[in-house]
Amino acid sequence: MKLRLLSLYPDQMNIYADRGNIIFFEQRCRWRGIDFEVTRCGTGDTFDPAGFDLIYMGGGQDRDQQIVASDLVETKRESLVRAKEDGAVVLAVCGGYQLLGISYQLADDVIEGLGLVDLKTVREPGPRLIGPVVITVNLDGTDRTIAGFENHGGRTYLGPEAKPFGKVESGHGNNGNDGFEGVREDNLVGTYLHGPLLPKNSWLADHLIKLALEHHHGGTIELDPLDDRFEDAAHETARRVALAG
Amino acid sequence: MIRFKAGLARMIGRLSRLTGRGGGTTLPGRVLLKLDPGAISKLGSELEHGSTLISATNGKTTTAAMLASILTANGRHPVHNRAGSNMTWGVATALLEQRGDEGLFEVDEAWLPETAARLGPRAILLGNLFRDQLDRYGETEALADAWVKLAKSRAGSTDFILNADDPLVADIGRYSGNRTTYFGIEDEDAALSETQHAHDAKQCRVCGQPLDFERAFVGHLGHYSCPSCGMKRPTPEVFATEIELKGMSGVEATVASPEGSARLKLPLPGLYNLYNALGAIATARALGVPVAASVSALAGMQAVFGRVERIHVEETELSILLIKNPAGASEVIHTLALEPGKLDLWIALNDGIADGRDVSWIWDADFEVLAGHVNSIICTGTRGTEMALRLKYGGWDTDRITVVDGIGKGLSEAIGRKPGKLFAMPTYTALLELRKLLAKQGEAERYWEG
Repeated sequence: MKLRLLSLYPDQMNIYADRGNIIFFEQRCRWRGIDFEVTRCGTGDTFDPAGFDLIYMGGGQDRDQQIVASDLVETKRESLVRAKEDGAVVLAVCGGYQLLGISYQLADDVIEGLGLVDLKTVREPGPRLIGPVVITVNLDGTDRTIAGFENHGGRTYLGPEAKPFGKVESGHGNNGNDGFEGVREDNLVGTYLHGPLLPKNSWLADHLIKLALEHHHGGTIELDPLDDRFEDAAHETARRVALAG
Repeated sequence: MIRFKAGLARMIGRLSRLTGRGGGTTLPGRVLLKLDPGAISKLGSELEHGSTLISATNGKTTTAAMLASILTANGRHPVHNRAGSNMTWGVATALLEQRGDEGLFEVDEAWLPETAARLGPRAILLGNLFRDQLDRYGETEALADAWVKLAKSRAGSTDFILNADDPLVADIGRYSGNRTTYFGIEDEDAALSETQHAHDAKQCRVCGQPLDFERAFVGHLGHYSCPSCGMKRPTPEVFATEIELKGMSGVEATVASPEGSARLKLPLPGLYNLYNALGAIATARALGVPVAASVSALAGMQAVFGRVERIHVEETELSILLIKNPAGASEVIHTLALEPGKLDLWIALNDGIADGRDVSWIWDADFEVLAGHVNSIICTGTRGTEMALRLKYGGWDTDRITVVDGIGKGLSEAIGRKPGKLFAMPTYTALLELRKLLAKQGEAERYWEG
């Protein structure tokens, strides 16, 4: 079996060690004997929407994000729309998540986003939303806990068409007001739980690997279990830290 | 009035120490600033030869200690916040409690503009900007912008000593006036074979287009230019050539300047410490100390606590290497990789406010480099479990990794295994805990400075 990952803007959109998520996907595939291939896709590059099973985009500094936003719309929007419609898995984290929406605001400028999902990110008075966070998600019929860390100035509001990724148990989430976190539509997940989110939540990593393999190979795929003692311990610590505030 | 308030604050510091409340490195300063927010300006203006400020993401404490050694060896008397307390109250405490005729202060990156506004320094050394605790400091570009503002306000009245090899820092030279000098590395053979991951300066600060890196020495510190607008790395006045890395025991290099060159034998390891030394030498030169005199002073330099210090605990030689952000941790890792044999490590990852609550950064440090080069690893600290996980995904053998709850227990276990050498890699608050533990055992009392 093979998993083909497209890493969008690995140089610009890697501010919170997003590299950790790629390492995590790679090792968990390797330990199961699944071929894993990463293709880097940067400013000015185009890609074949049928060539990838999993598309990853992380967060960047304001300046980088501005450059990336216009490049995304110009050179990658059509391929991303097609890939998503075909069922490729999309994971967008922090800044990458904001860019999935219709627009996002940076200082006084409203920047056009990809419009892949129905959400807008705005600025509101008040501090950046920073801290450990725990959410409950339900992707496969069972409630699961996801733990991580958020750090964002923008406030994201979902439109009527969009569904959240999860419900906030502790932390701020999309905007600190409505109790929702992230966005989810078919095989697309956007979230503010930034940087190495997957190492703290190996269940989510495996769920996305499974969906990506099913997209590539068809049918239902069951992943071999791994020895997850270290993963479970790290998840438990992150969860405890967030619930303690 | 300032005399009375200063006396009161000093007394409180002494009381704090007498009652065993710890080093008292900041309390008197905090009290004084409460009594008189303008105290730093008033006490600072009494220093006959003015003040020098040192800031950087990595290497502040070491660089300041180096410059202090140079100045002291040359018969000068700096007032120096040597305990590494680098917010305004740490500076105030040093001003209160030490006698001298010039100030030498390491200053936290975010506090630098305010501290400079109060002290009106004679010289400012800016070493580097790496991504650090983003939940505390925000983005590196925003810090660079704040430093540019500071440079504009002090241009012509302060000597700026800038690292030519850091594009974020060198850019400040466009604003800092005619009293600006640069330092850097000119030895092509010392370049990294591959680009490191924590690459924090990708775009030209002038035009916003991607930079070209001809070579890099530490993280993004290297030789760069902008193919779009033609911006070039400034030519340094003080620079190192013919570099020889001697593992953990030190680094040697020829340090050149317009006045001549000298062979530096630095008893601290790694290119990052060479950068610290070059910054200290270039700053001392701006303060009137010849390069050759600085070079010989640095040969006798002792490590500062937690910045590559070696201590004997029972039968074990314990080396302490502070890790706090991807670039600094990667440098420690690359230096350890030069050690012979399989290493015994003790890694303490805390998520206190001073460490950054967010421990994401460990995933950006190059732990992969040490896979296969380790014997046993104890992971401890409040986030020891995530540290262990990072190592597992860096390709380390999980059978060699033990997670121990509690820094004291973790240390006893590591020492109890009786390794000949143990390398301790604590984050900042873990280092403070370690210092307390060692002080209790009488091992590190000599570092317990007020």
